[in-house]
Amino acid sequence: MTEILKPDNADQVLDAVKWAVSEATPLEVRSLGTKAGFGRPVQAGRVLDLSNLSGITDYDPGELVLTAGPATPMAEIERALAAANQELQFEPMDLGPLYGGSTDAPATGTIGGVIAANLSGPRRVKSGAARDHFLGFHAVSGRGEVFKSGGKVMKNVTGFDLSKLMAGSFGTLAVMTEVTVKVLPRPEKTRTVLLMGGDDEAAVAALCDALGSSHEVAGAAHLPAAVAARSGVGYVAGAGASVTAVRIEGPGPSVEHRCAALTDQFKALGAVEELHSHNSIAFWREVRDAIPFTGDRAGDQVWRISVPPTAGAEVVRRLTDGLGGDAYYDWGGGLIWFALPTREDAGATAVRAAIADCGGHATLVRASADVRQAVEVFQPQPGPLDELSRRVKDAFDPEGVLNPGRMVAGV
Amino acid sequence: MQMPDPDQRVIERRAEIIKAMRTIVPGEGVIADEAMLKAFECDGLMAYRQLPLIVVLPETTAQVSQILAYCHLNDVKIVPRGAGTGLSGGALPLADAITLGLSKFNRVLDIDYPNRCAVVQPGVTNLGVTKAVEADGFYYAPDPSSQIACSIGGNIAENSGGVHCLKYGLTTNNVLGLEMVLMDGTVLRLGGKHLDPGGYDLLGVMTGSEGLLGVITEVTVRILKKPETARAVLLGFNSSEEGGDCVAAIINAGIIPGGIEMMDKPAIHATEEFVHAGYPLDVEALLIVELDGPQIEVDHLIEQVGEIAKGQGAVYSRISETEEERAVFWSGRKNAFPAVGRMSPDYLCMDGTIPRNKLALVLKRTAELSQKYGLRVANVFHAGDGNLHPLILFDANQPGELDKAEQFGGDILKLCVEVGGVLTGEHGVGVEKRDLMGEMFTEDDLKQQQRVKCAFDPTHQLNPGKVYPTLHRCAELGRMHISRGQVPFPDIPRF
Ligand SMILES: Cc1cc2nc3c(=O)[nH]c(=O)nc-3n(C[C@H](O)[C@H](O)[C@H](O)COP(=O)(O)OP(=O)(O)OC[C@H]3O[C@@H](n4cnc5c(N)ncnc54)[C@H](O)[C@@H]3O)c2cc1C
Repeated sequence: MTEILKPDNADQVLDAVKWAVSEATPLEVRSLGTKAGFGRPVQAGRVLDLSNLSGITDYDPGELVLTAGPATPMAEIERALAAANQELQFEPMDLGPLYGGSTDAPATGTIGGVIAANLSGPRRVKSGAARDHFLGFHAVSGRGEVFKSGGKVMKNVTGFDLSKLMAGSFGTLAVMTEVTVKVLPRPEKTRTVLLMGGDDEAAVAALCDALGSSHEVAGAAHLPAAVAARSGVGYVAGAGASVTAVRIEGPGPSVEHRCAALTDQFKALGAVEELHSHNSIAFWREVRDAIPFTGDRAGDQVWRISVPPTAGAEVVRRLTDGLGGDAYYDWGGGLIWFALPTREDAGATAVRAAIADCGGHATLVRASADVRQAVEVFQPQPGPLDELSRRVKDAFDPEGVLNPGRMVAGV
Repeated sequence: MQMPDPDQRVIERRAEIIKAMRTIVPGEGVIADEAMLKAFECDGLMAYRQLPLIVVLPETTAQVSQILAYCHLNDVKIVPRGAGTGLSGGALPLADAITLGLSKFNRVLDIDYPNRCAVVQPGVTNLGVTKAVEADGFYYAPDPSSQIACSIGGNIAENSGGVHCLKYGLTTNNVLGLEMVLMDGTVLRLGGKHLDPGGYDLLGVMTGSEGLLGVITEVTVRILKKPETARAVLLGFNSSEEGGDCVAAIINAGIIPGGIEMMDKPAIHATEEFVHAGYPLDVEALLIVELDGPQIEVDHLIEQVGEIAKGQGAVYSRISETEEERAVFWSGRKNAFPAVGRMSPDYLCMDGTIPRNKLALVLKRTAELSQKYGLRVANVFHAGDGNLHPLILFDANQPGELDKAEQFGGDILKLCVEVGGVLTGEHGVGVEKRDLMGEMFTEDDLKQQQRVKCAFDPTHQLNPGKVYPTLHRCAELGRMHISRGQVPFPDIPRF
């Protein structure tokens, strides 16, 4: 059994990291462990379990910022925000369902995990990712030193923006002990305009058009027919064709006006439907959490691929031609969710070849630990960038005691 | 302000360095003539001046790479410079450093509407990006008041803001990719037309790095379709407290306006005299609230904002009825710095951010400080995000006044930190706030930031003397203070 250290406060986190450095015994840093399947398996002798560093410590809705312990459950954060009619506008995906959890349970995971993995959702195209809403933190570096960066205000350029480095670093640089995020009002109303039928190219073109309009599109997805058929939303599953979806949010009269304009635009391309309140919410949750690749597809390996939107359809053609499997698009074509029947290398070579000429990155988000051990889970970086990234790691964790190997083998 | 002692050995090699630079950048791109160097002796923080060793104006990334590689080998320092509008002295020259100007990197390389981005060179002005796409109805959202002049490269180096960043984000939220050159000449690409490149977010840390980490040679930014329409409302209050409460009430009602700006009485008077925007002169605080989006939404929300303001004690309210009128509303605010500049031979512009609910307190204490120092102050405020710009009026020709103004400014920034805010919201630390960094950060905080510097520029040759009060050698910063086998097993719950 791996020994688990469970600090009660930031001081104890410091003690634990100092000790780890002194003993050259790496730590696997985690809160609730809901994202253990994301990234490479960590090679560490001990677990640093942060789950006691939990709780919202500061939240004044009028200031639009919230401060919390890193292990504060997302469900708790969402509850507190909902009570003030606010939300995390980057709409972090919930990895729970993808890793076998229930598809209609409250949010899993913690705020620290969401930041460490730089999660986002369909609203990324309008509002940014976790990195864009992460204002500041306190942490213990892999050097065994306490430090902070950023602040508790929305606008701050005092010193280097280390918050950006922490977001998406999967706990490999420092152990966060407090985080501050920007929060925003919930939109009054949400609706989704659906376009039925049409191939991937045409759909992506329509989505790019919508995103390039003044309608402030807050979600732009395309589900090819086979994926649409798996939806839990009746209109979508029953379409018998591909479904292209555009989400509009805001004050009531504005939403109606913009949906009408989009409907007019889409009519020339095919049949148009609208999803309201409950159905709209359910649909975007499916898109956000890769629900089409859960359930009877839980055995598939899943890639999350970010490319320039206009390259999306061609990349998917290459992927499915070469490897089989199914794909759907978020972010106007710029985010591809791709599921394929299990392979020893998860198709990594072919996946990366498919995006080589358009620029982008592919992350293997679901595969067995063996596969994630053998395959580069995150997009390999060109030499000089890789070297710089290693120097950045050294700047925070020179002895490699925090989550070694989680992002790149040997780092 | 103490700058690092110039390295005399480098100054002695000046002729040799000029020669080497001329082999890399032919023609007029190497400036060594003292009269011409004068034009580069300061940035927007004009109280500080220094002639650079020389100025080099390269035109290609390959040249930048060769220049940096040469300087790296030959121990020559580099100060990157965009348009020189920075307000914190980030582009202040050093006597022993080459000022590397990016003004010739002025081309728009690629406009890609379907992917909603533009690829431009760093010397293109902020407004130049919008100009390149506006015929097709697009724009680049971050809009610093200096947008006619400042460069997009400088914007990234400072992570600049503007009056619309509450809704549309700061520079950092609108940059997708960079090409940059490290001090040793290595050319790197970060990000691109896709979102959230994996690996450490080096693009994020480059943004706002004030020329300390690398030289930016190409930029990919997000462009947006212009909102259908925009309307602004002027709201006057009898106290800045009421004005501040009104901002909170608007946000608490779930409305995020395109912009919310606030001015105090001295700023209202100064701008009104300068541009005649029609501002009310008998109020203590004036808000400009702008709503943008579809007509129907803007009309709907501006009415709501009017109602909220009434409830918060607004004594003046005027809604723009035409595009011209909206522009007039903004003209005062957008010209606040020059307007205040007319009232006084010199002014210093402060840039702290505070939690918005501390506004009344900070303004009250600022007024007290103004009394204490015997210097006038006018306040403009990005009210939506808590970013305060007190403008301190002084006369540099009066002995001691600059010192006094700087102390006054320092006290205001310390106050910002004391109430839970920060030293700078958008103008950067540069040399101006360098020695105040200890007010906000511990020694360990600052050392950790400098270790990041070491990862990019281990020889401290890029823009030294800026941002960090003490320069530590990278070897010293890297040393571990925990020795092997010396720390006992921690007394922590374990399982
Ligand atoms: C009247 C006035 C109004 C202003 N209003 C605003 C405002 O509303 N909001 C705001 O945020 N700022 C404002 N500013 C400040 C200033 O315009 C911004 O900081 C701007 O981004 C600086 O751009 P620049 O090209 O002039 O950069 P410079 O002043 O030339 O340089 C600024 C810093 O960036 C570095 N740098 C420049 N180019 C590069 C590059 N290519 N690679 C690496 N480093 C580089 C320099 O070394 C320096 O540290 C204002 C300034 C003035 C004078």
